[in-house]
Amino acid sequence: MSNQITSTVKEQGVKPGQATKATQNSGTADSNAIKTPESTGDTDALHRSPAQTAEIVEKGLARRYRSEKRFQLMGVSAIILSLMFLSILFISIFGNGYTAFKQTVVQIDVFLNPEKLNVDHLEKADYQGMVKESLRIMFPTVKNRRDKKKLYGMVSTGAAFQLRDYVQEHPEDIGKTIQLWVPADDDVDMLMKGHIQRGGLEVNRRLNDMQISWVDRFMEQERIRKRFNVDFFTSGDSREPELAGIWGATCGSFYTMMITLLLSFPMGVGAAIYLEEFAPKNRWTDVIEVNINNLAAVPSIVFGLLGLAMFLNFFGLPRSAPLVGGLVLTLMTLPTIIISGRAALKSVPPSIREAALGIGASKTQMVTHHVLPLAMPGMLTGTIIGMAQALGETAPLLMIGMVAFIVDIPGGFTDPSTVLPVQIFLWADSPERAFLEKTSAAIMVLLLFLVTMNAVAVLLRKKFERRW
Amino acid sequence: MKKLFITLMALTLVGGMGIGSSFASSRDYISIVGSSTVYPFATVVAEQFGKTTPYKTPKIESTGSGGGHKLFGAGVGVQHPDITNSSRRIKKSELEKDIKNGVTDIVEVKIGYDGIVVANSKESAIMRLSRKDLYKALAAKVPNPDGSETLVENPYKTWHDVNPNLPKVAIEVLGPPPTSGTRDAFVELAMEGGAKKFDFIKKMKKADKKKYKAVCHTIREDGAYIEAGENDNLIVQKLQANPQALGIFGFSFLDQNTDKIQGSFIDGVQPTFDAIADGKYPVSRPLFFYVKKAHVESIPGMKEFLAEFTSEKAWGSEGYLADKGLIPMPEAERKQFSDAVKNLVPLKLSDL
Repeated sequence: MSNQITSTVKEQGVKPGQATKATQNSGTADSNAIKTPESTGDTDALHRSPAQTAEIVEKGLARRYRSEKRFQLMGVSAIILSLMFLSILFISIFGNGYTAFKQTVVQIDVFLNPEKLNVDHLEKADYQGMVKESLRIMFPTVKNRRDKKKLYGMVSTGAAFQLRDYVQEHPEDIGKTIQLWVPADDDVDMLMKGHIQRGGLEVNRRLNDMQISWVDRFMEQERIRKRFNVDFFTSGDSREPELAGIWGATCGSFYTMMITLLLSFPMGVGAAIYLEEFAPKNRWTDVIEVNINNLAAVPSIVFGLLGLAMFLNFFGLPRSAPLVGGLVLTLMTLPTIIISGRAALKSVPPSIREAALGIGASKTQMVTHHVLPLAMPGMLTGTIIGMAQALGETAPLLMIGMVAFIVDIPGGFTDPSTVLPVQIFLWADSPERAFLEKTSAAIMVLLLFLVTMNAVAVLLRKKFERRW
Repeated sequence: MKKLFITLMALTLVGGMGIGSSFASSRDYISIVGSSTVYPFATVVAEQFGKTTPYKTPKIESTGSGGGHKLFGAGVGVQHPDITNSSRRIKKSELEKDIKNGVTDIVEVKIGYDGIVVANSKESAIMRLSRKDLYKALAAKVPNPDGSETLVENPYKTWHDVNPNLPKVAIEVLGPPPTSGTRDAFVELAMEGGAKKFDFIKKMKKADKKKYKAVCHTIREDGAYIEAGENDNLIVQKLQANPQALGIFGFSFLDQNTDKIQGSFIDGVQPTFDAIADGKYPVSRPLFFYVKKAHVESIPGMKEFLAEFTSEKAWGSEGYLADKGLIPMPEAERKQFSDAVKNLVPLKLSDL
């Protein structure tokens, strides 16, 4: 009997020292018990009194609770750790980026000299010269050539283009002096936002003491302020950080995603339906299934190389176009959509199919009238997640020339364009310090898109999914 | 649902075909590829050009000098780029290949100079290096410290070991990987320049050019030189975090971060705008772009773009490219190249 108890205790894994005196039995019996713990254990249970059983259970109980606690603790700490990393990421991005949504602007008084502005050729006038002149009038003491150059550098080169646009819109103002808020230079912007310190040695700063005194003069006269950065959302890329915006990249992303969606959704759903509902189960369909699963795991750069060889070199499609980007990303997202589509079809219970066939529906009718509508929410969820993945992709676009400097806002599927993640990559590599906050701000916008798309996927699933 | 699908698919097909057939016959914007070093300058010109003329803004891809020449020389026609930027001169083999592909007339334009700086954090003392120090600190094989004319695996651990005048700080240099043009220029100008100071290595150049190249251009791989990726901003950030380390990158990044990092003296000269411009700073290289002559007529805006790039307000000593960190050429050289652009004088194989 004592042997038997030992064996069950062993089974529960209590250390021999902690067990009853029975453990101090002969070693041979002990080792026998270990050899066949299960067979003996089973029959032992029948001969055991309830009190003995309770004793055994109680002994193991504390340990089992401990191990459960330990296990839960590991899970919780894994979650806490990942949340911590995530919050570090978010804090650093938001901390760097939130200032980019504000823009420093300077007010200048410009005299629209009718002698210099020919009404028939407004676009050809020297607007840069007019901006410079107004700065000279504001600071008449600045005489030397080097200092003047510094003075002109206080406002962005975009000021002249803004003035041009204003004059073209309001030709009736010619001859008057107008007040115009123009973007400040990126260094001034960085100073206003506190990214450049005022203290320290003059040579160690991008702005010298004189330039800082000019900024102070602007502040005294209330000619400098920060406003919401509309340009960031409405303009294309620029090499001047104060003029750069994400609208061009957003449009590029939109066209690329349109192509991807238009191609990958019907193709993915079609493939899923055929493979799940119609295809015979044989070696060929197995091979296809394995290949689709493999394709889902292929590194995305490979699709870029394929796109370069196929779409650009063989078909001769244009470089840097959303059309080609969309085609490449279609290849990348197709497996995801097919796999999720098949999973959604599988979850529709067979009784629905049998009922439809039973009342005389053809197989096509069964699929299109009954199975597909029920599987649609799951398929859409998979598609949205695939699209979100494609939206954040840069590697395959590298090969087909979408990593490029593009200022003009793309207006169609074959215009050269870039996409949001590529824009982030390009800004991160720029020497000007002001691009650091732009990079983070663009990441925030991209994250917003991704979170929205994933939220839509969750909502769709919550609202339309049926459980059987 | 079924109808929706059929319509969707039909739309996609028709759309795809319509788009497919509408392009390829013409291109109304300039397509530029090439070096990531020239990219920040070419983009400024392109933006200026796009805003001040009725033409579209040129598209500029940053493919690296080698990748740019490959795309550029693939042929003549709208599907091929019009201009390639290069942080080194075109190689003879590249030009031969271009000519074989039908790209016979290529105009070479030098746009200015770029300095390569060795910098560290402002928190530590400024370094006074020579090219010889750089070679001894970073080469995989260096002359035997005992003075005999043999090469040994680099034994130096600290800068003090390399040169007794330097501080006792471990050698730790962050620099670009071998795919980078900056790295090519650094090994060629700084390391080879330093290696040549040893007479027996200099003699090797005539006797065994291959071995000479290997000795001068191979960087040690024992952890003293850290490949920090192509992103120069990252190197700047790492230098701030680690004041002991030195970093290698282009002058424009030093120019933008003068409050955080300082350029080391090399052969007694600090990398400043003026020192690079008048050629005193030893580690500087010319930057180029190459134009396909056949495209100058067929692509709208090409002539105007070239005129913009070679105008005084762009590449002049007071021009906007100088504000972005490009070191302008002397006036005579500027004139020579702007004339070459005006007359579109093609490059000959014998020029290289």
